[in-house]
Amino acid sequence: MGMGLLFDATRCIGCGACSSACKEQNKLPPKVEEVLTAYTWTTVQQKEGLNVRRMCMHCEVPTCASVCPVAALTKTADGPVVYDAERCMGCRYCMMACPFEIPKYQWDRPVPVVGKCILCAGRLKEGKPTACAEACPAEATIFGKKEDLIWEARTRIRQKPGEYVDHIYGLTEAGGTSVMMISNVPFEKLGLKSNLPADPPAMRTWQVLSNIPDFVGVWGVFLYGVHWITARRQDVAKAGMNGHGQNNGREDRS
Amino acid sequence: MNSTATLSQRRFRPGFWTAVFVILFLAFCGVTVYRFTKGLGAVTNLSDQFPWGLWIGFDLLCGVGLAAGAFTLTAVVHLFNLKRFEPIVRPTILTGFLGYAFVIMALLLDLGQPWRIWHAIVYWNPHSVMFEVAWCVMLYTTVLAVEFSPVVFERFGFHAPARLIHRLITPLVIIGVILSTLHQSSLGSLYLIVPSKLHPLWYSPMLPLHFYISAIGAGIGMVVLESYLSKRAFHRHLEMDLLEPLARGMVVALGIYGLMRLQAIRRNHAFGSILEFGYEGQMFLLEFTLGVVLPVVLMSFRRLRTNPDWLVGSAFLAVLGFVMNRLNVSITGMEAASGTRYLPSAMEIIVSVGLVATGMAVFAFAVRNFPIFPEGPVAHPQEPKEGA
Repeated sequence: MGMGLLFDATRCIGCGACSSACKEQNKLPPKVEEVLTAYTWTTVQQKEGLNVRRMCMHCEVPTCASVCPVAALTKTADGPVVYDAERCMGCRYCMMACPFEIPKYQWDRPVPVVGKCILCAGRLKEGKPTACAEACPAEATIFGKKEDLIWEARTRIRQKPGEYVDHIYGLTEAGGTSVMMISNVPFEKLGLKSNLPADPPAMRTWQVLSNIPDFVGVWGVFLYGVHWITARRQDVAKAGMNGHGQNNGREDRS
Repeated sequence: MNSTATLSQRRFRPGFWTAVFVILFLAFCGVTVYRFTKGLGAVTNLSDQFPWGLWIGFDLLCGVGLAAGAFTLTAVVHLFNLKRFEPIVRPTILTGFLGYAFVIMALLLDLGQPWRIWHAIVYWNPHSVMFEVAWCVMLYTTVLAVEFSPVVFERFGFHAPARLIHRLITPLVIIGVILSTLHQSSLGSLYLIVPSKLHPLWYSPMLPLHFYISAIGAGIGMVVLESYLSKRAFHRHLEMDLLEPLARGMVVALGIYGLMRLQAIRRNHAFGSILEFGYEGQMFLLEFTLGVVLPVVLMSFRRLRTNPDWLVGSAFLAVLGFVMNRLNVSITGMEAASGTRYLPSAMEIIVSVGLVATGMAVFAFAVRNFPIFPEGPVAHPQEPKEGA
């Protein structure tokens, strides 16, 4: 199942240490913007009196990875959805398709690339937690194995009935994500999408794409068959004309 | 080569429309330079909330769609063996090829790093619709070029390769139809991945079929329109005996398409959003009545089909409705979910218009210098009066 993050909106104090740590870790320009951009991969927003982190959710079946024509985005076994800037040709289909609207683009550069949280994939390989989780002073963002985090989230919700919305955001959204959130305010009020299907969006296109090889064969045979029949009919009509005068002279009968 | 140069010089008379074209082309070049030095943000109104705009919605989706006349007519002539349509195949293939060239030019501007466009050939991701789109663009452009090449070969007297292609025309047309089927539908599949973003008036699991069938309808409309514009520009006659049965085909394609759209809206329980008459509802009504209902109803009457004015008018409506549909899917239907409004910038529009004008200029050049129409190269063209 890999590693993941659990964010508890009830605990976040909005200090922004996660954003700063992220900036430092990923060598991004130091100014933390209020919304996600290609240069700010995580930020804390104030909604309904709560502080909410915005960041890539690291889907189990990432829509961005499925739509990328050059496979620049991939899901690693550890959990992170990583981005290979050397491959990306800039079609921006990932931005269009992402149900969480996470990938952002360097609109101001002549040679632009996509920017998004990569769940500190390098640190994870070394066995370290993400920079944001390490920096969090309030344990609002915790790092761990995804199954442990689900257990932890369930425990918190169960132990304080009424103090949490009984839902772990990210457990089923868009097929499930490696980053999960819990809160005492409905998630749509925190600016999170609540209309996401539980099946990964990638399956909808795969249903079509996986049938293409079969379709090509059938369609090819059908088209050739049409040609064969109509050409033959024309031959017959011609032969008929030679034999019986103009009786069958219907040349291009459709 | 020599003879072409002298011929085209003798036939070419620069006039008002040439000046318009030159100005548009220079503006286009200027924007291109600006785009590659300052980045996409400086030239377009695209943003992180709205990453695809006019260049995808119009240049890509409509450029490919309106080239659909080529595969439809080659199938009619070479697979269904309706040889009487042969005289209008060449201009249609030329339009198809120019349409695809237009798409590729637009893509080179829209991609963030177009010099990496070859990555799609090397790094494969068969799960991506965009990957399918990329391959279809490459392969079908090649097929169109080969289908058109006999015209060029004949012009310069190379008869052997022209004969070879003529002999291979059936498999070539079959490959072309298969690629077109995949490509037209894949542009609809691009939007299958955004069920939570695209407005229910346009989203449907059947989007690939919607795109495919509407492209056939609008492709036929485009053939009619193009015959009319050529007629005006080059004082040719309108082949009414061929265009009237094509209009019947258009009614059938648009009729099936219209029905499927209504079924999809019913399945989405989205009729309510038409009655609310909001932004999306209004745009849908405009698109659907002008672009589907009206041409289908008008062209159902034989009296109107055989009247050149009504025929051309209805074909124009079908093409207009098609363009509105693609813009609605790619822009109108996506705006609510993005939380922003998108209007293309002046420079985005200049690029699109400049590319269309270039396509028309190349078409006019080809018609003057190559045997595109059955009469052969048009000897004494009149100045086109309306944008031809």
